[in-house]
Amino acid sequence: MMRQSFIAQLEELNNKVIKMGSILELSTNEMILALDNTDVEIAKKIIKRDDEIDLLEQHIERDCINIIAKQQPLATDLRKITSIMKIITDIERIADQCSDISEYIIRLSKLPNFSAPKTLSDMISAMKKMVIDTIDSFVEADLDKASGVILADDEVDEYFEKITQDLSEMMQEEPKTVPQCICYLMIIKYLERMADHSTNIAEWIKFIITGDLALG
Amino acid sequence: MSDIIKFSVSDLNLFYGNFQALKNINMKIAKEKITAFIGPSGCGKSTFIKTVNRMNDLIEGVRITGEITMDGVDIYKDMDAISLRTRVGMVFQQPNPFPMSIYDNVAYGPRIHGIRKKNVLDEIVEKSLRQAAIWDEVKDKLKKSALAVSGGQQQRICIARTLAIEPEVILMDEPTSALDPISTLKIEDLATELKQFYTIIIVTHNMQQAGRISDKTAFFLNGEVIEYGETEQIFNKPRNKKTEDYITGRFG
Repeated sequence: MMRQSFIAQLEELNNKVIKMGSILELSTNEMILALDNTDVEIAKKIIKRDDEIDLLEQHIERDCINIIAKQQPLATDLRKITSIMKIITDIERIADQCSDISEYIIRLSKLPNFSAPKTLSDMISAMKKMVIDTIDSFVEADLDKASGVILADDEVDEYFEKITQDLSEMMQEEPKTVPQCICYLMIIKYLERMADHSTNIAEWIKFIITGDLALG
Repeated sequence: MSDIIKFSVSDLNLFYGNFQALKNINMKIAKEKITAFIGPSGCGKSTFIKTVNRMNDLIEGVRITGEITMDGVDIYKDMDAISLRTRVGMVFQQPNPFPMSIYDNVAYGPRIHGIRKKNVLDEIVEKSLRQAAIWDEVKDKLKKSALAVSGGQQQRICIARTLAIEPEVILMDEPTSALDPISTLKIEDLATELKQFYTIIIVTHNMQQAGRISDKTAFFLNGEVIEYGETEQIFNKPRNKKTEDYITGRFG
């Protein structure tokens, strides 16, 4: 076996991405919990944790550039490194969205009680599965799982349309709930974006495995 | 746009005595493109490049079966080695200028082919040195020894010497392995320039070099062509595990 130090560098890089994924998984789970219970403390914790993800993203970026400069990777190695540079941007965006949602949880906590839209929990489950499956498919290099994530995006989009409609009706029927409805409208938009970014990541994972770039 | 085929190699085998150095090579080499051969030492890539201008004819105990055609003509059966080599020039790993002036090095081939007129030779020498991107550096010292310039310049003089007999094909056997990075990049730029008019085949140990300049890449291993395809495909997404292992340095 040759290029031991290069292989060690790749492994370290991989581990950092997995670490970033685990932190994202934690924030996603906690965000869901905080949203369920309008828990301001957890929400604040998620916002604070965002810096950690940002820092990790910068480190991984720097590592990727260094490896490209010093090792001139090719084939699978090149695909993996270039894809990681794209993937971490999406992970960072999803973490941002956890943080953005947390801001709205804090805002909701200051408003009169309001029961969440009915299908919100279904939308959350679908989005959560996408985020978790994305991270898993990276760790396991699982093509089927990555493809599953891409297919699931439509479902989240449908929930978004449905809940938008419900909130719109609610605002017309009970104008005093408009502030809360606006918060939820923003939240579901962020949830929908989280699913989109998961889809992007899944596309890059497919590229790592197959070498085929999704076009169009 | 599909390529025009310059060389077509069918079922080529080459033996050095009992040792089989090339095993059943089948390959089409495109005209006016750069084709790179990569692979570990002893894999047969240099042996193969030498079959293309019949340099192996000179080695005792070599036996070749199969066929190589250039523009459809069998280069072993229907062509003599001398006229083949005027059409297929070669540049080697170590710059090998003759111990004579820069001018005489470049004029050597044309003189052998009977050109005596000074003005014609002058023209050929200048044109060849210009094509080899070395004219500006040596135009004031054409009468000086070709051995008195740097290795990178010597190599370009050797390329000019090859170009002077107006070949159709240039074979390059690790042409930059003895050169510094600047000279290497000059030769690479030159090769990219020259492919407008010449078919170039280059053997290189420098993977990045193959990636930078070639249109097609063939990976050789143990006398076989393991994979041959567009350079972009070979370097991004090789089909064969052995190619992948070699170019990613997991080989050996």
